[in-house]
Amino acid sequence: MWLTRHIGPAGWTFLFVLAVVATAVPYANQLLPPDHPWHASSYVVGLLGKYLTFALLALSVDLIWGYCGILSLGHGAFFALGGYAMGMYLMRQIGDRGVYADPLLPDFMVFLNWQELPWYWYGFDSFLFAMLMVMLVPGLLAFLFGWFAFRSRVTGVYLSIITQAMTYALMLAFFRNDMGFGGNNGLTDFKDILGFDLQSDATRCALFVASAAALGLGFMLARAVTGSTFGKVLVAIRDAESRTRFLGYRVDHYKLAAFTLSAMMAGVAGALYVPQVGIINPGEFAPANSIEIVVWVAVGGRGTLIGAALGAVVVNYAKTVFTGTFPEYWLFFLGGLFVFVTLFMPRGILGVADDLRRRFRRPSAPSARPADQPAE
Amino acid sequence: MRLFCACAVLLLSLTALGNARADEDLRPLVDALGGGNFRETAGAVADLAATGNPAAAPVLELLRAGDLYTRRSDGVVVRGARAGRDIALSDVFTGEELETVGRREARQIRVNNSLRRDIDAALGQLTLLSPDPRVRAGAAQAMFNARDSAALPLLEEAIAREEEPEIMERLILARAAIQALHGESDSVRLEAIDEIAQRGDREASALLATVARDAPPAVTEAAEAGIAAIERRLALWNMAQNVVFGLSLGSVLLLAAIGLAITFGVMGVINMAHGEMVMLGAYTTFVVQEIIRTSAPWLFDWSLLIALPLAFLVAGAVGVAIERGVIRFLYGRPLETLLATWGLSLILQQAVRTIFGPTNRQVGTPDWMTGSIELGGLSLAMNRVVIILFALAVFAALIVFLRRSRFGLHMRAVTQNRAMASSMGIRTNWVDALTFGLGSGIAGIAGVALSQIDNVSPNLGQAYIIDSFMVVVFGGVGNLWGTLVGAMTLGVANKLMEPWAGAVLAKIFVLVFIILFIQKRPRGLFALKGRAVDA
Repeated sequence: MWLTRHIGPAGWTFLFVLAVVATAVPYANQLLPPDHPWHASSYVVGLLGKYLTFALLALSVDLIWGYCGILSLGHGAFFALGGYAMGMYLMRQIGDRGVYADPLLPDFMVFLNWQELPWYWYGFDSFLFAMLMVMLVPGLLAFLFGWFAFRSRVTGVYLSIITQAMTYALMLAFFRNDMGFGGNNGLTDFKDILGFDLQSDATRCALFVASAAALGLGFMLARAVTGSTFGKVLVAIRDAESRTRFLGYRVDHYKLAAFTLSAMMAGVAGALYVPQVGIINPGEFAPANSIEIVVWVAVGGRGTLIGAALGAVVVNYAKTVFTGTFPEYWLFFLGGLFVFVTLFMPRGILGVADDLRRRFRRPSAPSARPADQPAE
Repeated sequence: MRLFCACAVLLLSLTALGNARADEDLRPLVDALGGGNFRETAGAVADLAATGNPAAAPVLELLRAGDLYTRRSDGVVVRGARAGRDIALSDVFTGEELETVGRREARQIRVNNSLRRDIDAALGQLTLLSPDPRVRAGAAQAMFNARDSAALPLLEEAIAREEEPEIMERLILARAAIQALHGESDSVRLEAIDEIAQRGDREASALLATVARDAPPAVTEAAEAGIAAIERRLALWNMAQNVVFGLSLGSVLLLAAIGLAITFGVMGVINMAHGEMVMLGAYTTFVVQEIIRTSAPWLFDWSLLIALPLAFLVAGAVGVAIERGVIRFLYGRPLETLLATWGLSLILQQAVRTIFGPTNRQVGTPDWMTGSIELGGLSLAMNRVVIILFALAVFAALIVFLRRSRFGLHMRAVTQNRAMASSMGIRTNWVDALTFGLGSGIAGIAGVALSQIDNVSPNLGQAYIIDSFMVVVFGGVGNLWGTLVGAMTLGVANKLMEPWAGAVLAKIFVLVFIILFIQKRPRGLFALKGRAVDA
C-alpha cells in the first residue's frame, strides 16, 4: 500500500507510540477513578489534545521547510483559517442558545446590529461542508499565494518575509468587526459538536483520539509524499533549486503542490485545535505565532517529520510548565532556545540523538548522510 | 456691539502688556474724564484716543459701560461697582481694590448717545490704529467677525494708514466682509465677494453662505460660485495635508528601516531583533530624561540631543555584541540567522519588560518640539516636522559616511568581494561587527525620534519590524536610495488611502500591494544589477 510503504522502523515506532497514547489517555480519563494516581483530568486531556494538533501543524511546516526549503513564516494563517472554518460551524451549532437567542445570527452579529447572515456564512451549519472548507480555504489561499510567489521565483528570505506579511495582513483584516468573524473577540462560547456536548469528558476524549488519528494519518501521508519520487524531487529542489530546474523539472509546480498540501494539513490542525481550546481569535494570525511553529520544527529536527512532532510537544510542554510556574522567564527560555538550537543543535533533538548513537557504534558509522537530512 | 465685546476681551488681555509708566502718563487724561459735563468728557475721550496708547482702551470700555466714578474727596477717576448701598472702588488700570465708600462719596460719570459714538470711534482708533501690530491684527479679525457696517469709515481710515501688508490684507478682508453683506450696490458686493473667495478658508465659506441668503440673484450666484471655488481649494489643501501626513509616516518608516537597510541590505543579515534596537533607543531616551528630571531639570530641553549619541552607543554596543556572539557563526545561513535573531528579540523584549515593567513609559517632549506651524491651509505639528527633517538628516549623514569615510570604503569593499578585501588587509571580521553595530546604532537613534510619537513600551519594536522589512524589500535590497523612495512611497500611499479606506484597510492594501509587487520585481524597486544579485 502506497501510504505505508515508506514509513520505516522509526516511523512505525512513532505510530505505535501515538496509538498507545491515543488509547491510554482516554482510558486514564474515562475508566480510572478520579483518585487514581494515573487518572487524567479533563484539563490534561485537553492540553495533550492541543499538543497533538500543534504536532500536526509542525509536521506540515516540516514538510515544506525540511523537504522543500520553503521557510513559511505565515503557516499560522492556514492554521487559523482552518480554525475559523471550524469555529463558524460551531457558532452555527449554538443556534438560539446564545445570549441574544437569535435562531440564525451568532451573538456578535446581533450585537453589531446585523440583519442577516453574510453569504460566506452559508453552508457552515453542515458539518461536512465545514470540514471541506477547513481544507479548501487554507488550500486555496496557499495555492493562490504559491502560484504567484513560486512562478515569479520568490525564494529564500524574500518568501519568508512575504508569508509573514500575508499573515500580518490577515490578522489586521480579522481584527476588523465588519469582516463578519467576530473582530477582536473572535468566535467562542461554543456549545456542542455533531450534537455532543463540548464540555463533556467523553467528547474531549473523542476529540483527542481524532487529533491523534489526524496526526498519524498526516504523518503517514507526509512519509508517503517524501518517500516517493515526488519527494525526491522536493529534496532536490531544497538542495539545488536551479540545478533541478535545469534538469527539466517544473520546480514551481512541485513547490506549489507541496505548499498547498502543507497548508491543508495546517488547516486540519486548526480545525481540531478550536473545539479543544474553545476559542479562535485573530491573535492566532500573529506573525510571532508562525515563527514559533518554525522553532518547534527546528528544536525537534528539521527534515525528519518525527522530530517536528516531537519538537512541538516538547516546546509546548515547556511552555505550559514555564508559564505556570514562572511566567516572566518563558520568553527568556524561548528566546534562548531559538539561539541555542540554531547555534549548537542545527539538526535538532533527533540530530543529537543520531550523533550519540553513531558515537557508540563508531566502527560501522556510515560516512554518507541520510538523504532526509538537510544539506544546509 | 459684538465688535466691542471682542475688542474688550482682546484689550483686557493686552492690558498686562501696557507697563506701569504708560499708565501713569495716562492718569491726568483719565482724571479729565470726570470733568462734569458731556462736552468736557468728550474732549477727554478724544485726548485719550489721540495718545494711541492701548492701555486707554479698557478705561474707555469702562466709561461706556457706566462703570467709571469720580471720587469726591480728591477728584480721581476710579472704577466702581455697586455693593449694596455702597460703591466698591478700584483702580482703573490695575484693578487694585481701593476702598468701599458710601453712595454719596463717588459720582458716576454718565454717558449719552453722542458720547457713546465718540467712545466707539475712539476705541476703534485705539485698536485699529494702535501702534502694536498684534492689536491691529486682532482688531481687524474682530471687525471681520462682527461685520458691522458702522465701522466701515474707520476701516477705510485704517486701511489708508496701514503699512504692514499682512494686517492690510486682513483689514481689506474685513471691509470686504462688511461690503458683501451691506454694500450699497451689487457691483460693490460682487467685488467684495471676489475678495472673500480669494481668502478661501472655512470661515470665508461660511460668510459667503450668509451672503447668499436673501440677496439679489446676481449676488447669490457670485457667492455660490465663490463657495464652490473655496471648496475646491480646500480639497486641494486637504490632499496636500494628507501628503504631508504621508511624508511624516514615511520618515518614521525611513528611520526604522534605514538601519535595517544596512544590516539586511548591505550585509544580507536578517536581523529580526532590529525592532528591539529601536526600542532600546527609546528606553535610553526615557532613562536620560529620568536622570535629567531628578538631577538637572534645566537641561530638559536638551534631553533628546543628549539621548541621541547615548542611544546610538547603547544600541550599537548591543548590536556588536549580537554580531560577535551569534550572527558571525551563521553567515551564509539566512534562515537560521532569522530564527536566532528572533530569539534574541524575545530575550531583549523580556529583559526590558523585567527592568522597566510592561506598561508604557512616559517620554516628555521638549518645548521646541511642541506646537504647530501654519502654512497656507496646512497645519504641521512641530514634532512631525522635526522628525521628517531628522530622518532626512540621518539619511544624508549615512550616505556621506558610506561614500566618503574610510570605514565606509572598507564596508563597501567587504560587501562587494570579501576575499579580495581581506587580502588587501581589511580586517573583515571587524568590518562585519562594526557594520552591524552601525545599523543597530541608527536603529537606536530612530528610537529616540519614535519615542516622541509612539508609546514607549517593550512591544515598540514589534510594531515596526514588519513595516521595516517591507520598506527595505520594496525599495530594493542593498540600495539606500531605494529605502528612501520605498519608505516615502509607502507612507504617502498609506495616508492617501486612509480617508476613504480607513486606517486598517489602508494598511492591508499596502501589504497586499507589496506582496504582489515582489512577485513582479523580486529584488525590489531599485534592484542591484550584475553579479551581486547572485550573492
